[in-house]
Amino acid sequence: MGEEHVGRIRFMDQQRVNLDGFAHEDAGLGLIAMNAPEDPEPSIRIEDGRVVEMDGTAEADFDSLDALIARHGIDVTVAEEAMGLDDVELARLFVDWSVPRAEIVRLCAGTTPAKLARVVALLRPAELTLAMTKMRARRTPSNQAHVTNRLDDPLLLAADAATAAAFGFREIETTVPVLADAPSNAVAVTIGASIGSPGILVQCSVEEAMELEMGIRGLVSYAETVSLYGTEDVFVDGDDTPYSKAVLAAAYASRGVKMRVSSGAGAEVLMGGAANRSMLYLESRCVSLARALGVQGVQNGGIDGASVAGAVPRGVRELMAENVMVMARNLEACTGNDALMSESDVRRTSRTLPILLAGSDYVCSGFGSIQRYDNMFGPSQWNAEDIDDWLAMQRDWGVDGGLRTADPDEIGRLRREAAEACRDVYRYLGLADFDDDHVERAVDAVGSKDLGDPDPMVVLTAAQTVRSSGLGSLEVAKALQECGYDDAATRLLQMLEARVHGDHLQTAAIFDEQMQVLSLVTDPNDYAGPGTGYEPSPERQREIDMIRQAKGVEDLRHDQAEYATDTLKPVGEAEQGSDPREVVIGVSPGVGRNVWRTLSGLTVIEVLDELLAGLEEEGCTARIVRVNRTLDLGMVGLTAARLSGSGIGIGLQGKGTALIHRRDLPPLANLELYSMAPIVTRDLYRVLGTNAGRHAKGATPVPARNPYTDEAIEARYHTSVISLVALEREHVSRAVAPEELEVVR
Amino acid sequence: MTRAFSGRDSAELTPDRLALDELDADDVRIHPDTLEAQAQVAEANHNPQLAANLRRAAELALVPEAKVLALYDALRPHRSTAAELEALAASLDSTPAPLTAALVREAAAVYERRGLLA
Repeated sequence: MGEEHVGRIRFMDQQRVNLDGFAHEDAGLGLIAMNAPEDPEPSIRIEDGRVVEMDGTAEADFDSLDALIARHGIDVTVAEEAMGLDDVELARLFVDWSVPRAEIVRLCAGTTPAKLARVVALLRPAELTLAMTKMRARRTPSNQAHVTNRLDDPLLLAADAATAAAFGFREIETTVPVLADAPSNAVAVTIGASIGSPGILVQCSVEEAMELEMGIRGLVSYAETVSLYGTEDVFVDGDDTPYSKAVLAAAYASRGVKMRVSSGAGAEVLMGGAANRSMLYLESRCVSLARALGVQGVQNGGIDGASVAGAVPRGVRELMAENVMVMARNLEACTGNDALMSESDVRRTSRTLPILLAGSDYVCSGFGSIQRYDNMFGPSQWNAEDIDDWLAMQRDWGVDGGLRTADPDEIGRLRREAAEACRDVYRYLGLADFDDDHVERAVDAVGSKDLGDPDPMVVLTAAQTVRSSGLGSLEVAKALQECGYDDAATRLLQMLEARVHGDHLQTAAIFDEQMQVLSLVTDPNDYAGPGTGYEPSPERQREIDMIRQAKGVEDLRHDQAEYATDTLKPVGEAEQGSDPREVVIGVSPGVGRNVWRTLSGLTVIEVLDELLAGLEEEGCTARIVRVNRTLDLGMVGLTAARLSGSGIGIGLQGKGTALIHRRDLPPLANLELYSMAPIVTRDLYRVLGTNAGRHAKGATPVPARNPYTDEAIEARYHTSVISLVALEREHVSRAVAPEELEVVR
Repeated sequence: MTRAFSGRDSAELTPDRLALDELDADDVRIHPDTLEAQAQVAEANHNPQLAANLRRAAELALVPEAKVLALYDALRPHRSTAAELEALAASLDSTPAPLTAALVREAAAVYERRGLLA
């Protein structure tokens, strides 16, 4: 054992960031973000329109990934041009807004995995942000939610799905702790989403074959748990090959189901199969493969392996570079920010922020709209705990991260309707019978721990019934209709109709609330520098700006009025005092008129009572005078001191800031000051009173100390201060002399 | 107008018909011609691979659910012999699903070389 570190280091060790694992770069284990020594040199050789060598491997040695990429994923008509470009030259095109997105897409179609990985590795963080702004497929950003719970409770799933829809998520992904529950979860989330908003895409992430079955049945409208890996060995360990995935892609589309694949750094490392390659290169193979398979999109940016990337130098940058590769290959990007990659709020914000700022087809490929403990994918990078933070960040930067503030009453209404609709539909379809108490609990529940202890067999039986009866979304729509939920039934029917049109099979498709498809085809990203590209509509900007916590002067006026009393009665113009034991308490112009309560929560009367009691303890007499000519605390206090027989005065602003003044001091000087109004207590006001009394008697009291806090006290109160000052200012009048106030009990 | 798999015009997918039990699963299932039309849109938007996938999808749109699931399973690693994959490809040819059949044959050749056959 070495010597114990000094306190400063012990203190630093205790911070949450040190719960995270940090690893030395180790290419042998694949613990390297970009540019591993054994990443292949980019190369391509084309003979008779056929790729016969790619990234240093000859056709005869192609593994199944190479084979599929070489045969289907490379545009041989531009390959030689693109591969001939210098890496830096190509990288610069990503951030040169005079070069259209389409030109980069054209060139990248001819790049090999090694080439594209090298090019995006050259982009610095700010350049990645700009590249993402320019290269994402869809103009309008959006976001995806996880909706799950530990119990697979249908009523809670429905209520939470409706909630997620109300907060603006356009895709909802559920999954199960118990595989066999999956069909029930799909039905419950579909019901909740239909209550919440038109056009919500729903998926249930489970083992590939079962997910496909649910897609074909019409129980879900998209799929994304179609995993790709960067090496053949890891692919086979996952019980798939690139070709089986290609069949899966066609199978989903054959039933009008939207689909994206899932990949991302770290998966190969965790399975011990990184083969000395960098994370970015392996992911570049996945992205090339995704394009070759003909899927419309990719969820990457380190999904389950995000923290593996986060453990190595430049790992977070690598995650974002993965997303940019997807965009450069003209695919929908669902940009990670999925599994929680750090215990530190600072690090997880740092990881996400550039993507939020740039905007993405889906900023999160799974924002946990439920609480962390209920997320059956594991805690997300962002969770129900963080929805208000997200909304605030959107507002701070004026960017669209896909979410909006939902009216609290509307959330309550939607949760009730969703839970009741789910209960009614389950009953109608003979799946389960839930009682009123269960509905009530689901409506109010923050998470499944608030549900009590429901019988798990109920869900399992419901799920088995769904599966064995071959029930699909059409039957669910019919049940909603029969149970009186006509709007939700119509919305679900519209989603089924959309499946017949197939427009949402195009790249990066979502539905807006008018059921219009927004995609690469209908809403292409046209960013070409400042003044171009996506800008929120005025309505959308209002949604971003109007968070429910925002307050104005009128809110504060209303709050203050609730504390109004008749206790302070004006009794005429204040006169000059002569009693040497007299201390005058001066209050600001709004006090007793429109300001009644200080920032600490004490009323002005309560504060005055403490000051008066303190003065009485010292045997002093006191008068209260309202100063009308100014709201400046120093001048209020000095005016009081000048009226006071002792020459000592106390100044008190309506917000609670207080000081002791003396008639011969300049206005901005004082004897003692409480500047931290929000945290001044009764006891401290009492001390201010006694000290003023001692000053009046010519003593030198121990100064009262301002209370201490490490909280962001200014962030908390500054908006109230501004409003309080506005209220006080309404009563400032140069023409009105100080007036005496009587406390009427 | 978009025709559903059943031939019904998608404009007929109304709540009234739902209430009258006039709609069934094939009325909300995509038609192969629609997938071909979407393939053309994908091609026009610089994604020939997506177009190719939608064309394979158009073929599979006519294949029953159980057969689609079986096709996927057959292509998972170490599930099928070369002969079984060839038989599968032949049956797809006669479906007709020639594009999917070609993919199966391509897979079979790669699986043979990479030791991924049963």
